[in-house]
Amino acid sequence: MSTEVKTKESLFSKKNQQLLKDPFNDNNPITVQVLGICSALAITVKLEPAIVMSLSVMFVLAAGNVIISLIRNLIPNRIRIIVQLVVVASLVILVDQFLKAFAYDVSKQLSVFVGLIITNCIIMGRFEAFALGNGPWKAFLDGIGNSIGYGVILIAVAFVRELLGSGQLLGAQIIPLSWYIDMDKGTGFYANNGFFLFPPMALIVVGMIIWAQRAKNTKLIEEN
Amino acid sequence: MKFVQNIFDQTRPLVEKDGKRNIFYPLHNAIETMAFVPDHTAHSGAHVRDAIDLKRTMVTVIFAMVPALLFGMWNIGRLHFGAFGEESTLIDNVIFGAMKLLPLIIVTYAAGLGVEIYFSWKRNHPVNEGFLVSGLLIPMIMPVDIPLWMVAVSTIFAVLIGKEVFGGTGMNLLNPALTARAFAFFAYPTWMSGDKVWINTTSADGGQLVDGYSGATALGDLATTVGQGLGNPSTETVMAQFGPEGTYSLMNAFLGLIPGSIGETSAALILLGGLFLVFKGVGSWRIMVSFFIGGFVMAAIFNAFAVNEFMGLNPLHQLMLGGFMFGMVFMATDPVSAAQTTTGKLIYGFLAGFFGIMIRVFNPAYPEGIMLAILFMNVMAPLIDHYVVEANVKRRAKRLANA
Repeated sequence: MSTEVKTKESLFSKKNQQLLKDPFNDNNPITVQVLGICSALAITVKLEPAIVMSLSVMFVLAAGNVIISLIRNLIPNRIRIIVQLVVVASLVILVDQFLKAFAYDVSKQLSVFVGLIITNCIIMGRFEAFALGNGPWKAFLDGIGNSIGYGVILIAVAFVRELLGSGQLLGAQIIPLSWYIDMDKGTGFYANNGFFLFPPMALIVVGMIIWAQRAKNTKLIEEN
Repeated sequence: MKFVQNIFDQTRPLVEKDGKRNIFYPLHNAIETMAFVPDHTAHSGAHVRDAIDLKRTMVTVIFAMVPALLFGMWNIGRLHFGAFGEESTLIDNVIFGAMKLLPLIIVTYAAGLGVEIYFSWKRNHPVNEGFLVSGLLIPMIMPVDIPLWMVAVSTIFAVLIGKEVFGGTGMNLLNPALTARAFAFFAYPTWMSGDKVWINTTSADGGQLVDGYSGATALGDLATTVGQGLGNPSTETVMAQFGPEGTYSLMNAFLGLIPGSIGETSAALILLGGLFLVFKGVGSWRIMVSFFIGGFVMAAIFNAFAVNEFMGLNPLHQLMLGGFMFGMVFMATDPVSAAQTTTGKLIYGFLAGFFGIMIRVFNPAYPEGIMLAILFMNVMAPLIDHYVVEANVKRRAKRLANA
């Protein structure tokens, strides 16, 4: 294909490290590219489903990136979206079956959202933008990097929402039960914030993360 | 007066830009301009010379709110002593109400101004007067028994997310006071609805009133009739309260002798405040009138179908209950979040009233549909303005083409 002489690049060269690190802050899929917002709103009420979701996306994105990258020169350009869909769909079915077999409760909580990984914009976005034009190792690193960037935000949002909305973390009570207001006995002073259980609050939390990130990382602020 | 001036002059170097305590500059500036007339004037360019500035506008609104606020204070006491079956004088009621209301007001101002001052310091500008009104509106739309920290959290959320993220006073998309209430409503529903929070039933020694005393609002009671079918005996007991002799009679609802959020009950005194606002040119009569018509039209449509008692309520009576009047006079007319164009104001007000009654009746779980309707129309207001302006541009372009 290309006629240029390829110089051998080490596995974790500066450039490759960048592939892993970039999506964490400067090019975060959720807070900078604003992709994959739907799942960030839907499954972040509790921490556990958020973690499982992040791992599932990591598997699908890394494996999918590698597969697409391996067959990138065989895919006819005009039907590439269909080919990509077939790859994601097969991987997602694998994840779905795996969760049903080994983590049934979580799979119930995630319900349709496992299937909806197929429509997660991050995945098709990375296939199109990266895997189609790069080798398998780079594509793998890119997949891992982006899914970590996605997972970090997901877990941060879920952490805040579960702690303030239900007073728990991973299902364990964090806020002492004796703090809660008991109207009949007239004791306690604390109450869970029910707003955090609604998806709009997830959007506000994501917004506040974006706000904090841009305050720290001023090069993200667009000129207008 | 001179010595007060001296205090300000002496402390000024400390809080100025490179002073040691510059975090207090906004606070210093706010208190100073409250105590003395600011000495800075416009230096260049053409300016409208008018006595009315932001400060005066805000203070006018506060004056308009005072009757309803004082009435609310008295009503807290009246309902409290009434629940115990005790006789109480006017003074008893007002003192008890003040003991309940003042902490709410202080907490709201402290929480809201805290956030405002922090952002003023961060952004290097003086504190705006915008929060003066919001800080008084928020306690007026809260139930009397809400824990103070919930008010503080809601206020901080409202000022932060409702106002500061958009750039502060004058930039906000949503009405900050209503944002606070909406937050509290969704976050702490147990303390914002139901039949336990509207009347303070804690006796002087800290004990609770015996169970079985219902302190529901009129709308809460009405909501219980939905789904029970017409002619059901318990429905009739409730509806008897809405008759001319009942607790929630049209006259009582108009005067405000019913349980509800602190400042929202008295339609009569709210209307008095509304007249004052319109007379002073601060509140928009277009929004108020179209809001009323919108609510009335919706209530009349429901009344014509009347498949349940809630829908069957007399339209005028419907409008006197809950937060409709308060929303009409003090919330929908917020000059920043409302529509700006003349035609836009009419559309905005009409739809807010219309949707308010619709949400209230269709979903009895949200008796305060007015709040949600006004917030919704706040978001829609720029769109309304956009189309009003576009229509005007088109009309004039056509006129030009024909000329």
